Amino acid sequence: MHNDTLVEIEDVAFGYGARPVLKGINLTARRGQVIAIMGSSGCGKTTLLRLIGGQIKPGQGKVRVAGESVGELDSAALYRLRRKMGMLFQFGALFTDISVFDNVAFQLREHTDLPEDTIRDLVLMKLHAVGLRGAAHLMPSELSGGMARRVALARAIALDPMLVMYDEPFAGLDPISLGVTGNLIRRLTDTLGLTSLVVTHDVQESLKIVDYVYFVSEGVVVAEGTAAEIRASGLPYVHQFVHGEADGPVPFHYPAPSYADDLGLRRQGA
Amino acid sequence: MLKQSIESLGNRTIQGVWRIGFAARFFVAMLLHSGTAFRRFGLTIREMYFTGVLSLIIILVSGLFVGMVLGLQGYETQQRFGSESALGTLVALSLVRELGPVLAGLLFASRAGSAITAEIGLMKATEQLSAMEMMAVDPIARVVAPRFWAGVISMPLLAALFSAMGILGGYLVGVLLIGVDVGTFWSQMKSSVDFEQDILNGVIKSVVFGVAITTIALFEGYDAPPTAEGVSGATTRTVVTSSLAVLALDFVLTAFMFRGLN
Repeated sequence: MHNDTLVEIEDVAFGYGARPVLKGINLTARRGQVIAIMGSSGCGKTTLLRLIGGQIKPGQGKVRVAGESVGELDSAALYRLRRKMGMLFQFGALFTDISVFDNVAFQLREHTDLPEDTIRDLVLMKLHAVGLRGAAHLMPSELSGGMARRVALARAIALDPMLVMYDEPFAGLDPISLGVTGNLIRRLTDTLGLTSLVVTHDVQESLKIVDYVYFVSEGVVVAEGTAAEIRASGLPYVHQFVHGEADGPVPFHYPAPSYADDLGLRRQGA
Repeated sequence: MLKQSIESLGNRTIQGVWRIGFAARFFVAMLLHSGTAFRRFGLTIREMYFTGVLSLIIILVSGLFVGMVLGLQGYETQQRFGSESALGTLVALSLVRELGPVLAGLLFASRAGSAITAEIGLMKATEQLSAMEMMAVDPIARVVAPRFWAGVISMPLLAALFSAMGILGGYLVGVLLIGVDVGTFWSQMKSSVDFEQDILNGVIKSVVFGVAITTIALFEGYDAPPTAEGVSGATTRTVVTSSLAVLALDFVLTAFMFRGLN
């Protein structure tokens, strides 16, 4: 383990009931890096983030964040560690009954004794960083999908965490919001000295901003490398994914009985 | 076929027992994490506004009409036995002992209980509870416990207001409309309603109903599958289960409280 390693996942396996999702994952994130975890829908990417955040415990292996084994922490220690983490949920997960300002101020009010004036300044700084200082008074229902994602990002960095996790930050965004979100992730990582873990299946957008990529398929890491290495990869799975081909190692069709049998047809001469 | 039926029955039984166990753990966790609800009482006050104050209209209007009906029916029945002067007693005892807590409980379950379940269920479905956990804030302490205590505090107040409005309704119909003597109406009521046996027992009932309804509503919301269908099913279950719980608990409490009273 390097001194600058922030997240280390060692041979981690996890399943929901009898259904295995992760089958021995190894992954490392160093401080200051933007790491992408890619893979098709349902391959266990979000599960990986939940393991890092301690919301679920691994069935096997170890998840270490800042040297602490997340699965072995008691509730108080886990909550202490989570104060140093931020998470951006897929659709923002903003609290819908309070304003944008109060959403970003939420952690500051919960975890600090700062006076309201200081909280106001800090919230406006975070909102300014994501370009939404002018939207502080709006309610979450008045925001577009892209704006909600940026507010959630401001909320995730409110306590200046060391690690920010992004769950599908590019899903469902228009091209402008897509670029804005990607640039924000890179810029905030560099200026605030964060480490960013981006779970995504948006190859083109994420390859522009990431330092290192892990490809996950069927519960294991099937490929890894820098953005350039991934673009040049000859591995059939990575090639299919990067080029968005309909068929390949990941089949177009979900496993099913023969089409002719399903339609009740018989081959001629049979 | 038989094997499948037995398997299905077994599965349902296991799930039922598991759910009861989860509900019990949820209830204990809610009590253990109640510190925040009192330390930051503003959170509880805010929820009292949503569960209590916003239920006022339905409670007050229903109480008034129930009291008016009691006045009409009570007078008609008592007239047959020549005891119409005891109308005030009938209206007051019916309301403070039974109708106040029970009907206010049923209305509270439909108005506030369903809203609590839908809100918590949707917070879960939109990952707001997960987001709170990831921000190192315990949703049981921050979201669930203040709503629980708000419901427990609001319920007896609503039941008392229901009874007060009901007595007013009985007075309007009995005294102003039918012409029962006003002095008799109030004096009979005052002399026959006992603070400890009648009013206090009514308050205890409404507190128990408040605990039952809010616990069921919060648990159903917290345990709801995070889908539109899941939340709608949980909301329905809240109203059905808590209404039945109110009626069943009322029978048990009445049996203990008023057994042997003259």
